[in-house]
This record gives sequence, C-alpha cells and structure tokens, in this order.
Amino acid sequence: MPSCDVVIIGAGVNGLAAALRLARAGRSVVVVDRDIPGGTARVHEFHPGYRAALAHLWQGLDPRLGVTVPATRVTTVVTGLQPLRLATLTGKAEGLAPEDLAAWEEMRARLTRFARVLAPFRAMTPPRIKGANDLFALSRIGLSIRGMGAADFRELLRVALINVADLLEDDLTDDRLMGLCAFDATLGAWMGPRSPNSLFVWLNRIAAGEQLSFPQGGPAAGIHALTTACAAAGVQVIAGDAVARIDIAADRAVGLTLASGDHVAAGTVLSAIAPQATFALVPPDHHDTGMMRAVRAIRSRGGAAKLHLALTGAPAFPGAQLTDRIVLAPSVDAVEQAWNPGKYGEVPARPVMEIVIPSAHDATLAPSGGQVLSAIVQFAPHAPRDPDATRAAMLDNTLTVLEEAAPGLRALIAHAELLLPSDIEHRYGLQGGNWHQAELSVEQMLFLRPFHGAAQYRTPIPGLWLGGAGSHPGGGINGTAGWNAACALIEARP
Amino acid sequence: MGQVKGNEGRDAIVIGAGHNGLVTAAYLARAGMRVTVVEKNDWIGGAAVSRELYQGFLYSNCSYVCSLFRPEIMRDLELPKYGLQVLPYEGGAVFTEDGGYLGMFRDHDANRREFARHSPRDAEAYDRYSRDVMRHCRFIRPLLMRTPPDPARFRLRDLSELAYLGRKVMDLSEAQIAQMIRFWTMSIADYLDEYFESPVIKGYLAVSAIIGTALGPMSPGSAYVLLHHYMGDVDGSVGAWGYARGGMGAISQALQRSFEDAGGEVRAGKGVARILVSGGRTTGVELEDGEVLRAPRVISNMDVKRTFLRHVDEGDLAPDFLRAVRRFKTRGSSGKLNIALDAAPEFPALPAGAPNIRGDLHFTDSMERMERAYDDWKSGQFSRDPFQDVMIPTMIDPTMTPPGKHFMSCFVQYAPPRIAGRDWTDADRDAFGETCLNQIERHSPGFRDRVLHVEVRTPRELEAEVGLTEGNIFQGELTFDQLLFNRPVPGYAQYRSPIRDLWMCGSSTHPGGGVMGAPGRNAAAEILKDARMGTDMSDAYAIL
Repeated sequence: MPSCDVVIIGAGVNGLAAALRLARAGRSVVVVDRDIPGGTARVHEFHPGYRAALAHLWQGLDPRLGVTVPATRVTTVVTGLQPLRLATLTGKAEGLAPEDLAAWEEMRARLTRFARVLAPFRAMTPPRIKGANDLFALSRIGLSIRGMGAADFRELLRVALINVADLLEDDLTDDRLMGLCAFDATLGAWMGPRSPNSLFVWLNRIAAGEQLSFPQGGPAAGIHALTTACAAAGVQVIAGDAVARIDIAADRAVGLTLASGDHVAAGTVLSAIAPQATFALVPPDHHDTGMMRAVRAIRSRGGAAKLHLALTGAPAFPGAQLTDRIVLAPSVDAVEQAWNPGKYGEVPARPVMEIVIPSAHDATLAPSGGQVLSAIVQFAPHAPRDPDATRAAMLDNTLTVLEEAAPGLRALIAHAELLLPSDIEHRYGLQGGNWHQAELSVEQMLFLRPFHGAAQYRTPIPGLWLGGAGSHPGGGINGTAGWNAACALIEARP
Repeated sequence: MGQVKGNEGRDAIVIGAGHNGLVTAAYLARAGMRVTVVEKNDWIGGAAVSRELYQGFLYSNCSYVCSLFRPEIMRDLELPKYGLQVLPYEGGAVFTEDGGYLGMFRDHDANRREFARHSPRDAEAYDRYSRDVMRHCRFIRPLLMRTPPDPARFRLRDLSELAYLGRKVMDLSEAQIAQMIRFWTMSIADYLDEYFESPVIKGYLAVSAIIGTALGPMSPGSAYVLLHHYMGDVDGSVGAWGYARGGMGAISQALQRSFEDAGGEVRAGKGVARILVSGGRTTGVELEDGEVLRAPRVISNMDVKRTFLRHVDEGDLAPDFLRAVRRFKTRGSSGKLNIALDAAPEFPALPAGAPNIRGDLHFTDSMERMERAYDDWKSGQFSRDPFQDVMIPTMIDPTMTPPGKHFMSCFVQYAPPRIAGRDWTDADRDAFGETCLNQIERHSPGFRDRVLHVEVRTPRELEAEVGLTEGNIFQGELTFDQLLFNRPVPGYAQYRSPIRDLWMCGSSTHPGGGVMGAPGRNAAAEILKDARMGTDMSDAYAIL
C-alpha cells in the first residue's frame, strides 16, 4: 500500500501539471489514471494504422510549468474561392476587403486589450467574494483594467455580458470572418453566438492563448514531455487502474481505494477529473445536502462531436493547405442554426466544424499514403434519446457538408468514427461530454466555478481538492487549472 | 426660477405624452415649472392607452396590465384622486396540449396546491423557489428609483452611489451573493431546471423571463428579465398584477389631469420635426407644422434612437455618441391582437366557474415550445406556434365594453421587426393574426364565431403608431449591455445627453420598460436637481 503526501486522480494535463508543481515543492505525489496518461490529448487507434487524439490542437502549455513542447504554428483558413486566412485566433486577416479590414483591425485590437487585462485572473486562485484575498494581485488587475482609460473601461463594461453576434454585426460585414468569429467564440461551449455572455467566453479563450499549434512529433510527444518532467521530479504514476472510492476517515479524505482493490494512502486527495464524478467517489454518508445540491446544479452539457476519418488519400480543400486549420462556418446565422436543434436533442442539418489533418503534421498517425481528418463538429445533442440513430444522422449531415467543401472527400473514406458528447463522456470521463468538465459560462466562472464553496480548489470535505478543467479557469491543453490548484494547496495552512 | 427671455414663459418642453413623459412633466409642474407636453398623436398615452377602435369597445391596445407602476409615483402625483383605480386579478391558467390545465393563483398556497396536482416534488420546490426569487427581487427593487452611477467617473455622486451598491451587496452573505450573480447571468430554463421537473410548471414560470424581450427561455440573462416583471406590486402585494379600470389609458388620463391641475399644458396632434440646438445646447423644438416652441430645456420621452437619429442634426453630435446610439438594440419581439367578443369565450379544460379565466391565459405548456418560437424569431419569421398571453379584462372591469360583451387582449411572441429581412406586409400581418386566433380556437372551441372585430398589431404598427423604434415595447432590449449604467449609452445613463439641457425620460433609460414610470420620475429628479429646485419625492419603498 503506497503512501504519499498527495494522491491525484486523473493523469490528464491538469493532473500532471498539479503533480509537477507539488513534486517540485518537495511533496511525494502519486497520480492514478484508469487509462494511459494524457487525458483528452492521448492518442488512440480508431482504424488499423490510423490514430488520432480528441484534442487535436494545442493553445500552449501554461509557461509556469516550465515544460516546452516544440510545436508548429497553425493558420486558420476559411476555405472557398476567396479564402480568408488568420495566423492566430484574432490575428491579421488576409483576404478581407479594405473596409472590413479597418473595422477588424479596430475590433481585434479592442478584444486583445480586454483579453490582456483579464488574463492575470487565469493564473490565480479565484478571489473570494468575502474573506481573505490576495489584495495586491487584485488591485493590480483592477488598476490595469481602469488603466485602459475611461472609453475602454466603459466599453468593457458594456460588452462584458453581450452576445458575440451583436458585437460582430455592429462593426463587420464579411460573413466569412463573422462566421469564423462566431464559431471560435462558441467552440466547446453550450451556447450559440446569439446567446448573451458568449463574448466573455470568447475573451477567455483568447486570453488562454492566441496561437494554435500542433505538437511536433504528435500529441503523444507533447504528453511525453510532460510525463518525463513529472518522472524527473519524482512523481509516481499508476496507469490502468480506476479509482473505486475516495477514502474518508474522521471526516477527512485520507486516500483512495482502487478498482484493483489497492489502497493509496495520502495526506491530501486532489481530483483532476470532473467535479460531479469526484463527488460520486465520496461515500454517500459524507454527502452534505447543500454541497450535493450545488454539485448537482453544475451544468455540463457537451455540444461538440468529434469526427475521425481514415482517408486513403489527401483531401482537397480549395484555398487551404493540409497543415491548416480549416473552419466551415459560413456565417453567424449558420452557427446559430447549427446550435438551435441541439437544445432539443436534435441533430443540425448543416453542422459547423473545425478541421485539422493531423497526419499532415505527423506522418506516423496514418499509414503511408493515407491521411487522418480530425474535426470538431458542432452542435451535437448532449443526451440524445437514441444515440445510434443520432450518431448516424450526425455523421451523415457532417459528411454532406464536408463533401461540399472538399469535393471527392467521401470517396476517400476508409473508416469514419463519430463521437457524440455521450461517447466522449464514456471514453474520456468528461462529464456530459463537455470538454471543460463543466460548462464554461459566466455563471460557472471564477468564484462560481465549479460551484461557490469549492471555487478556491478546496472542497467542503477536508483533504479533498479539485484541480481539473471543471475548476477555474477551465479546460484547454494548458494545465493552468491543475497548476493553480497545486499552488493553492501548497499555500494552504494544513 | 429665472425666466429666459424668448421662452414664452416656459421652463420645459416634453416631447411625447407617453406615461413617462407625463410623469416627468407632472413632477416638474408640481415643483413650479411651466411645462408644455407635445404629442404627435391626437390622443395621449403613448403605449398606455384605451382606444375605441370598435363601436362601444375600449381597447388597451398596447400595454394591457398594471403592476410595475411605482406606488411612490401614484402617491406623489395623487393618481387615485385623479381617477386611477387598479383592480387586482387572479392568476390565470396554462392550457396543456393534452387538454388539461395548470391553474395559477395570487395566493402562494393555492398555487402550491395546484402545483402538487402536477408534481408533488415541484410543490415543495416552489417554497424554496419563491423565497430565493423574492430575495433577488428585494435586492434590486430599490435600484429602480435611483439614478445609476457612472463607474468610469470619479465624481462624488458616482463614487458614493457605487459605495451604496457595494454596501448593499456586502450586506448579503457570501453564498447569497454567489447565488445572486448566478441568477443574473443564467438562463431561466437552467434556473428553473434546478428547482422543478414538470414541463408545464416551468413553462408557466418562464413566461415573465421572456415577455417583451428578444431572448428565449434558454438564453443566458433571461432570469434577470423575470425579475424585471416580478418587481411590481398592487396595493403593496409584491409580484401581483392588476388591470387599470377603464383600460391602460386610465393611467395616462390620471397623469394628464394631475399634470394639468399643477398648471401644465398638453398639446396633442403636434409632432416634433426637430429639436433645436444652438451652441451645444437646446433651445426648443420645431413642430411639424412649422411652429417653433422655445424653452430652456427639452425632455424627450421618445426612445434614444428616435430622439437622436431622427430629430437632432447629426452635426450636433459626436461620432462616438452616434455610433453608440446606432448600435443600441431595439429589435421588437412581440405583436398584439385586440379582439372585441360578442360573448365570453369558453375553455372546456377549466372547471365551471373557475376564477382563472379572469387572469393570464397561456397555451404554451413547455419551455421548449417557447424556445422554438424564439428560434423562428431569430431566423426572421413570426412564430408558427407562438406564445400568447391572453387576458379578458372585462371579466373584472365591465366599463370597457357594452354589457355582456368582452374585450380580449392577446400579447404574442415572437414577432420580428422585419420578415426575413424585408418589411412586414399586410398579408404577413393577417397570417400572423390567423396563427394566433387558431391557437386560441384549439383550446376554446367556438371562439372564432364570437369575434366581432380584431386589431392585429405587429412591430410595424407599433413603430408607426406609438413611435417605438422597431416595435420594441421597452424602447430598447433588456440585456446587461443595455441595463443600469449602460442604458441607453455608456456615459449617458443619468438622463442627460451630450446636448446641454436636452434630457431623456423614456424607457430607453434606466430602469427600462414596462408601465412603471420610474424612468420619468428619475429624470424629473435629475432635472430638478440640475435646476437647483427642491425635489418632493417620496421614497417609501426603498425599504421593503
């Protein structure tokens, strides 16, 4: 029976980031995962010789981890006769008419300024509404927000909870650009571009990192860099054994019981899996009514399906290179209309999507001559009544849109795998199939993430901490939530 | 009060005799100002009117119920003395697709018993829900009657108002604050899902969150709108609703009498062509018939877009301000049917003699149907299966129609300002009316045979007649980017405009629409303060 200072549930990027921080601080750390390390970034073979990861692009690991993953920058392209190219999420746009160019320059500068002043929030423990806070850090953020000047400050207060469609339509006219922005703002979220608060979610995504990239050597190499750093710091990883329950003694979390029957004793348990799943591991006699009501109220609906195609040849998207990130979202309304049916558990007729060809970056992901097409397809129903029929319909509608964008693509398909949010939940343990383990929406951000009472990573159960994407500041392959949680744990008085 | 020469002895002109314009005018007149109200229509009241559009029948043809109207204003302006009487009504009913119904009652316990018939679990949750919503309501009510602070300025009044708000927040516990922030930012659908399981109960409770807005029940921010409709009261009974005896025009008429008794002058049938500006300040208005009225201050009850984009020369306004006004969202989302009935309609689902027929009648028995109706609006169509709030005020107030006859008011969502990018046509309007009438007929067989006359109003008619840009009944959408210090334009949320002595008092300003009167009263307070005249305004409801 191993014994350690901290045992971490989940060897995804956040679990590993937390382990690294704790181990470097001299704690003995054990990480437990039911699968191989990597979480959503781990690679699986979906057809003989063809491999893919759920998370197909990286926004960059949190620099505080000190782990560098060499990566190739990826340009975003809206394909068509007149393609539109953006080097970063809100980068300079090539292929835009002059009148829109000026408006876009002004808008992206404005959004970047806002994202920059809000970014420091991501790297700190969420403040308490009442109670002890890092007043120095908070006043620095406050000053930098106010330091933008009255006009910007007013504009930030105006747009803080606005819907992204209104913001775009006020200033822009180019459907390709507006469709792309509407898509980027709602990627991985449970909202459409006309849903209020959607701009804030976009700002958060911009603040997480503007540059999308593909790890050199593939996602596995990126994870390898992280696990190597952990091993060097002395972290022990138990892979392939699930957690059966969190052991509680004298009202305090004291370790884990694994599915194999093994026990891991620990001074502290830090869970990097979804908050709801975490509390499900706590024996029911420790379920406090108020706490469980808050846990049940966490909303975690996934709206993104994942498509993996094994192709016998390279697809041809006009105006795009195979190494690009290709977005098919022709207008704001197209994104909104793709969102509408998902609310009722139905499949959109014309889904919108982000396409990456990982094998163009890393040839080992497909057999010689073959290619892998990986796409995030929105919006899929999170809890369909008939998953098989829904999956089939979703796949069919997706392939119809794809075939229009890249004529001849359907003939290249050797195998297609479409993961509905419910499949993603089943395979990766993400609650509701939502990438962020809990919806990233304003009412579940900062000191409300995942719920009031556990937003500073410490849960109401002594010795049990949270540090996954369900905690502040949410998901993405960056490790920020795990790192923040570890910092809070180290600073906490025992 | 120093009289400026050439002002014809006038201290202020109010453009528009809507309820807010009349409220402002009446307060100013009572403080001793000589005020002229000009109104483009031949009648007064704006959207609070009772009009005889069919022989012997009075229609409340725009707004149709009274709850939000601030009791402070009723008292200050002595409206009961001038003929205003508010008749509270019983809750109402939601008719379900399976032929059943959910009754609604004014009494909490009656509601609870009715909920139990649909879901015992929901009946229990209703206590918790009511308590929680009332707490949010209590927090926000006092803010209605206060001018919002400007968070970007460091003047004493703004800092002290911010401090007041901060103190008010900090009076709550940390958990309560967290609950409040969640409530303000989430969708009513998500919020209700946390309490209730029955689709019809959720469908009923979600109504207040969508009325008048361009949001669906699944839109984040809709929960706040619920509050906006819960903040009212009738005779101190918070959240209750009532009819104005004689129709909504009774409110406007009482305001007019109160105003005229204080020496004010109303000129109806006088549309304003433009607001005169000279050297950055207003000097009066030019009427459509060419007459010029001068005054040292002009107060516009029109919405902010109409005021500045149609009645002020572009050259007199800064580009930034114009841009902000242009992007102010005023998309209309509702239509209205006003119906003269030969006899009372029958709803077989209701037990004989049920009081519910005297209240709101709905046919939308789930939030999903509401949301689908909203999806139609987003794609530029009127709802094929609309949400309707049907009321028959003559069940309680027989003064509006000949004996035995009835007036029925149907508020309908959703109706877009334009149909698929083009203007409404008469054919669109008629198809819209048919859709609504057929929905009622399905739940009230024989209803259509009793119809004597129907007036169908889409956003097009609301704009043309009442002057509400794009037919938005709140003179601007109620989303956070247009609330509090953002309403109508950041930096100009204190009823002032960039043009000196040109003020705003309509629902485009804080706290927004509904026949509430709060914008008009708050504007009057600011104007009187600016003129260094004493304000005589009660604040009885600041504590609740």
